[in-house]
Amino acid sequence: MHIISLDPRVSRLDLLDEGSEVTVPQQEGWHTYEVFHQKKTGTQHTHVGIVHAPNPEMALVFAKESFARRGPTSNIWVVKSADVTATSYDDADIFETTPEKLYREASAYKLREKIEKYKLDTHE
Amino acid sequence: MSNPEFETALKELIYKIADDELIIGHRNSEWTGLGPMLEEDIAFSSIAQDKVGQAYNLYQLLNQLGEKDPDQIAFNRNEKDFKCCHLVEYPIGEYDFSLVRHFLFDYAEMQRFEMLANSSYQPLANFAKKFKGEIKYHVFHAHIWITQLGNASGISHTRIQSALNEVYPLVLSIFEPSPYEDVLKSENIFAGEELLKKNWLNAIEPVIEKAGLVLPTVKDETAHFGGRKGYHTEYLGPMLAEMTEVFREDAGAEW
Repeated sequence: MHIISLDPRVSRLDLLDEGSEVTVPQQEGWHTYEVFHQKKTGTQHTHVGIVHAPNPEMALVFAKESFARRGPTSNIWVVKSADVTATSYDDADIFETTPEKLYREASAYKLREKIEKYKLDTHE
Repeated sequence: MSNPEFETALKELIYKIADDELIIGHRNSEWTGLGPMLEEDIAFSSIAQDKVGQAYNLYQLLNQLGEKDPDQIAFNRNEKDFKCCHLVEYPIGEYDFSLVRHFLFDYAEMQRFEMLANSSYQPLANFAKKFKGEIKYHVFHAHIWITQLGNASGISHTRIQSALNEVYPLVLSIFEPSPYEDVLKSENIFAGEELLKKNWLNAIEPVIEKAGLVLPTVKDETAHFGGRKGYHTEYLGPMLAEMTEVFREDAGAEW
């Protein structure tokens, strides 16, 4: 049985129910891209979501439409999701800290917000 | 503004650009909700909306030159008074037709705006500069789609090439010369349709090649002329009837 999808790109792949491996021809399968949005030159790019596109340029177009229409924008990055290397949620315990080491946490720094604001202002 | 021929020529130029923008904007907005995928639906609709915005700005310029207000110009004129070219009047067809039209039309618009940026008529030069970013984005969008689909395999390439064969003769209707070419050139308002066509060809040819497509040959380049003089295709009338339907319900309404 071949899988028939509402998405013609999926139907064209001739996927079998058994889940056997298929090779997707170049430009046939679309990729997921992570979108990073920068409000103002000099400020940080912030991750805002994902788009689905056949190539990086079209990902930029879709990112502009999806994330840059409702507010000021200076720049956009797109990065193929597959190119992101991430920690495993199974290893989340590596981020845990013992009660004795609480002094390391930045929440202890009362001045943190002021410092962040100062950094931001000097960038402008 | 004392020379009456100068003013007639200027108005004729603005009318045809604005009418092209309004009609292609309305046509392309017919894709809203029907685009091939969500993000592209949004992108194409947003570009269509930009076009209507550009038409509105140009109708405002006409209003400053003594013509009616933009709503009256857009919604309360006879078909014969529209100066749009035949290309923009055609129904949206399949997405390949609409994409290729968008590609060929917007490359011409970008060249036109670049020429207008040097216009001696300051409001037109300001208009061209104001919308430089918008048209650059429209061309960016068109360029990506055409190169993507042109270089893709099988049906995709075939459909884009056959859409190009179909649209290309129609596109030449953009460059129908104005009866006022001479005065527009001598007054440095606009350097003319012939130069525009030349600049446009120089701009599209590398893209066509990069996309693996071939420009068709056209026997009679004037075959689709007439729009600039008010002679339109059978498609404009029904489109205008639909576009103005709400307006005509209560023409004097305050919005």
